[in-house]
Amino acid sequence: MERRDRLVASPWPGRIGWAVAAALPLGFLALFFAWPVLALMATGFTDGGRVTLDALGEVFAQSRTWRVIGQTFAQAVLGTALSVVLGVPAAFVLYRLEFRGRALLRGLATVPFVLPTVVVGVAFTALLGPGAPLEWLGLDQSLAAIVLALAFFNVTVVMRTVGGFWAQLDPRPEQAARMLGASPARVWRTVTLPTLTPAIASAAALVFLFCATSFGVVLVLGGRRFSNIETEIYRLTVQFLDLRSAAVLSLVQFAIVALVLVLSSRLRGRRERSVSLHYSGRATRRPGREHWVAIAVFATTTVLLHALPIATLVWRSLRAPDGSLSLVNYAHLVVPPDGSRLGSTVFEAVGLSLRMAVMAAAIAMVLGLLTAFVVSRRPRSQRLRRLIEVFDGFLMLPLGVSAVTLGFGLLLTMHRPLGIGFDLRTSVVLIPIAQALIALPLVVRTLVPVLRGIEPRLRDAAAMLGAPPLRVLSTVDFAMIRRPIGLALGFAFATSLGEFGATAFLVRPGAQTLPVMVADLIGRQGAEHYGMALAAAVVLGVLTAGVMMVAERWRGDAAGEL
Amino acid sequence: MNQGEAAACAAAEAVTTNEEEGGVTNAEAGGSGLDVLGATVHYGAGSRIDAGAAIADVSFAVARGEIVALLGPSGCGKSTLLRAVAGLEPLSAGSVRWNGEDLMGVPPHARGFGLMFQDAQLFPHMSVAKNVAYGLRWRRVDRAARDARVAELLGLVGLPGAGERAVTELSGGERQRVALARSLAPKPRLLMLDEPLSSLDRALRDRLAADLARLLRETGTTGILVTHDEGEADAIADRTLRMRAGRIAVP
Repeated sequence: MERRDRLVASPWPGRIGWAVAAALPLGFLALFFAWPVLALMATGFTDGGRVTLDALGEVFAQSRTWRVIGQTFAQAVLGTALSVVLGVPAAFVLYRLEFRGRALLRGLATVPFVLPTVVVGVAFTALLGPGAPLEWLGLDQSLAAIVLALAFFNVTVVMRTVGGFWAQLDPRPEQAARMLGASPARVWRTVTLPTLTPAIASAAALVFLFCATSFGVVLVLGGRRFSNIETEIYRLTVQFLDLRSAAVLSLVQFAIVALVLVLSSRLRGRRERSVSLHYSGRATRRPGREHWVAIAVFATTTVLLHALPIATLVWRSLRAPDGSLSLVNYAHLVVPPDGSRLGSTVFEAVGLSLRMAVMAAAIAMVLGLLTAFVVSRRPRSQRLRRLIEVFDGFLMLPLGVSAVTLGFGLLLTMHRPLGIGFDLRTSVVLIPIAQALIALPLVVRTLVPVLRGIEPRLRDAAAMLGAPPLRVLSTVDFAMIRRPIGLALGFAFATSLGEFGATAFLVRPGAQTLPVMVADLIGRQGAEHYGMALAAAVVLGVLTAGVMMVAERWRGDAAGEL
Repeated sequence: MNQGEAAACAAAEAVTTNEEEGGVTNAEAGGSGLDVLGATVHYGAGSRIDAGAAIADVSFAVARGEIVALLGPSGCGKSTLLRAVAGLEPLSAGSVRWNGEDLMGVPPHARGFGLMFQDAQLFPHMSVAKNVAYGLRWRRVDRAARDARVAELLGLVGLPGAGERAVTELSGGERQRVALARSLAPKPRLLMLDEPLSSLDRALRDRLAADLARLLRETGTTGILVTHDEGEADAIADRTLRMRAGRIAVP
């Protein structure tokens, strides 16, 4: 029975393979995410080795703490509301109407979301700040400016999330309501809006999360008057070395994020239940007169909220300090002006940023692929399925913990990683590690829906044609997500390139990344430095947007949740 | 399952309480081929939502070169039985044997069986030729021989020269033909066909049934055909077993 011995396969190689695939991302996250973040929390609640809650009382006794928390909520609520109000009409126009150039507009509309926060912050100061064309509005360092900038990013999130759902919606109930005598406004209120509500709510939860943990925008636009928990943590650690108060605020931030995540996962569950009614017929229509409100809102959003700040940024970056048209700001990126005491040139920062982003994207991709493969499995055992859900949730945590907390935690712990006497902080390797952690959830969320969407019987078909398990993985799973992998890679690269919150803690003098450089320049005195900040922001924006525009070409019909 | 079928299913369950097996096993007869002995698959509470129907204590045999039809209303466990024979569904009890050898623990890809799905399940990211050649990739077949085999099979199923087409642009009938060619290419020792024609319209179904019968004869394939169409079973199979509510019914 020699043949039989060869045929009978032990289940163990497969089990060990999956265990390793799950253990790698888990280990990475435990070492570079969970430990630093927990260690940071611990500093807030220990004093000379004793556990104490004193810090909690001290921090909450200060009126400034309450003001910061209040401002965080005000900014997040207003930012979310504006994003939803502007995002839903955009979703309608781009996913429900049919017109020439729609694909191009959809591609362009994703750019704001991936633009680095510092670029958008600088663009809004260029539009509203001192010496800016719209200075007379008096919106410099105002709540309105912050809210507008938050909406700048998050209109895209609402548009994508709600639009993707709307595109699959069966239009026949609406038609039925019309035939029963309802006016278009009444149809919208009684049929369409209730159907869309779960999608809108889930998008709003995500947007709230992004707004509440926003760092770069508030740091650049808030000035002295406005801050949020993130910028406050940064201020406490970098300016006052008050680690205990910072740790308490990190905990507050964590609590807010956890609350919103729980809420949004509830909402998402409901949405997934209701999305099950797919409509395969034609749901899009040509634009008509009755759509003018949505079209007008969408056009205004695109022109005033998105195009205007970016155009102003580009236009002003091309002006010399004396107001003439010139490339002097860009020249200064390579050869700094006399008397500027920059640690390195912006040109060098671009090089470092690109190298860091390549490393970060590679790490995020490897870990993200392993995670996505594990998460998309549906084993027979219920206990295993439960375990996979927990695993999935744990790997999404970096999405919830603020980048500032992560960067600060890494700084605290990585002088002796795992007790090994090797100070990781002296090498720049922590930067791509932190960036990879932040990009990881994006990679996973781009790949998992595609992998889950693969018909399971295709794998059965491959096995029945003699393909061993690993070959099934490579010829079916892997082959079918090649394009989404390109998209995820672009996401990871662009995110890493523009990452600011965590990186700000990890750069060293003389080795700064581009976003950190931009923030540094905008904080310096002098028209020359301001001009350089504008030019550097343009370079950073062009790099990230360019990467995303290329990556978007790999977006299939079904790719991704973001 | 529609209401009529559900009713038939329930009625059949009442009738077949004292079922007995149709025929002697191959092992007992000293012959060769497939033996299914007391195969049972059941799904516990809280198992997969898309789980098929359960089967209980199913025994039957298929001799080499023979084509057996499994006939019965949908939802009565035919597809589950096929998946159990294929090794895609673990047995709770009983065994599946080939030439008297128990296949317990042999993974689906190593059984040397083929399975053709009701809805083709072609790989959408591969051309027609790549689909047909897929099962040859794991065998040591050189490129020229592989190409020749693909061309031969495409000719056999009436789609000569279709190799470079994308599977997404095929019609329903063409898809089933490609799926058949793909299943036949690695010369499986047993080919299972799960309602291969039921997704097609009447006229096309009759024509393809005749083609299928001829092809299986010509290639000397040992086969199990699952169907709910009596005419199709008569046209293609040597012998018909009726299945009701997860059991083989009395002939």
